[in-house]
Amino acid sequence: MKPAAFLYHAPRTLEAALTLLAEVAPQDGRILAGGQSLVPAMAFRLARPTHLVDINGVAGLDRLAIDGNVLSVGATVRHAAFHKADPAFGVLGALLADVVHNIAHYPIRTRGTMCGSLAHADPASEWCLTAITLGAEMVAKTAKGARRIPAADYFQGIMSTALEPDELLAEVRLPLLANGTKHGFYEFNRRAGDFAIGMALVTYRVENGKIADAHVGIGGIEGSPRRVPEAEAALNGQAPGKVAFEAAGKATAAVVDPIEDTQTPASYRRDLAATVVSRALERAAA
Amino acid sequence: MTDTVAITLNINGEDHRVSVEPRRTLADTIRDDCGKTGTHIGCEHGVCGSCTIILDGEPVRSCLMFAVQADGRKLRTVEGLAKGNQLHPIQQAFIDNHGLQCGFCTPGFLMLATSVLEKEPDIADADLLDALSSNLCRCTGYQNIIKAVRQAAIEMRGAGK
Repeated sequence: MKPAAFLYHAPRTLEAALTLLAEVAPQDGRILAGGQSLVPAMAFRLARPTHLVDINGVAGLDRLAIDGNVLSVGATVRHAAFHKADPAFGVLGALLADVVHNIAHYPIRTRGTMCGSLAHADPASEWCLTAITLGAEMVAKTAKGARRIPAADYFQGIMSTALEPDELLAEVRLPLLANGTKHGFYEFNRRAGDFAIGMALVTYRVENGKIADAHVGIGGIEGSPRRVPEAEAALNGQAPGKVAFEAAGKATAAVVDPIEDTQTPASYRRDLAATVVSRALERAAA
Repeated sequence: MTDTVAITLNINGEDHRVSVEPRRTLADTIRDDCGKTGTHIGCEHGVCGSCTIILDGEPVRSCLMFAVQADGRKLRTVEGLAKGNQLHPIQQAFIDNHGLQCGFCTPGFLMLATSVLEKEPDIADADLLDALSSNLCRCTGYQNIIKAVRQAAIEMRGAGK
């Protein structure tokens, strides 16, 4: 349970970090941010990076601020930054505060980062589900430049993303939510703080008594989190309530391609998909 | 074997100058290089919380940090809680409420609870339970641990901490 040897780098500027990453990435050099997933993987020697570029001391990466109509979250912003809903972030702040308490445990949340979770891309990551459901944008940087990756193009299966080895996920940009947007999150697991077996995040608005602009996202069910257009179609134009919510759950279960593990067969996750979607919708309406 | 790095850890107000390989965890360094064996190591992958310490005011799993990352920073471990023979309110509360059985998980729970109560003296009970769910006690004495932390919360608020 001891990590294999590596060389440690602690750059102070983004430019230095990106230059270092370009040098060490071809030798399985990695970024170290919160370390709450990478370090356990190293303890098990599932990961044996030869170099770690520690970005915790890089100036400016802890920026958490509103840019126009998005919330910009820098690479070293910890989960714990969202424990209390910041009124300046409006409905999005309340949504993030609702979700964050489901992420692992308190001392993990003081170290782990939102961008780190997005780069790690565990199927059961709450922030990955949040990014896809809200339509976030990832800002990936290299020594040569930057590109923006929409969430819809970013997730590529279990722990796989569109990031290249020499790219640092420097920032995630989450769209702010209009006042009055309803939001609900529901996660199922067997122990407090454990990985989600299934979860759903939903947002919608109510216009003239009918649901509009429904976003239904599921996580932990398939290899990557995703939105479910069939469930959204079952909601839009309907009155919010049990009938529409259960229809959205059924529509989800009908189209998912669940992952399996030793304790959980695909059929279980399929049933669970319907339950977490309808319960997230009930929470949004409450 | 990689070259060692010279670092300084300030533990409970005392500087420890040590040389460590980058791969050495903070937990191992606190125990083996600095001699502070009150911090216990259970799972070594961030699940059990036995190695919880307070780093610059925040509770962290010391098995999930490398010692080189804590260079120049202020750490608090269980050895720093009591003032001479005067126990910290959280320690007294664990005794009063039978909050420990074998005692292995206790230093982690003490540091977790201390940092949470210092940061949020008026923490809501549901949030306190959420925070305490972070650590494992294999004697499963959770109810008495919760009672102890609730008592300490009242006393620490009274002391104006």
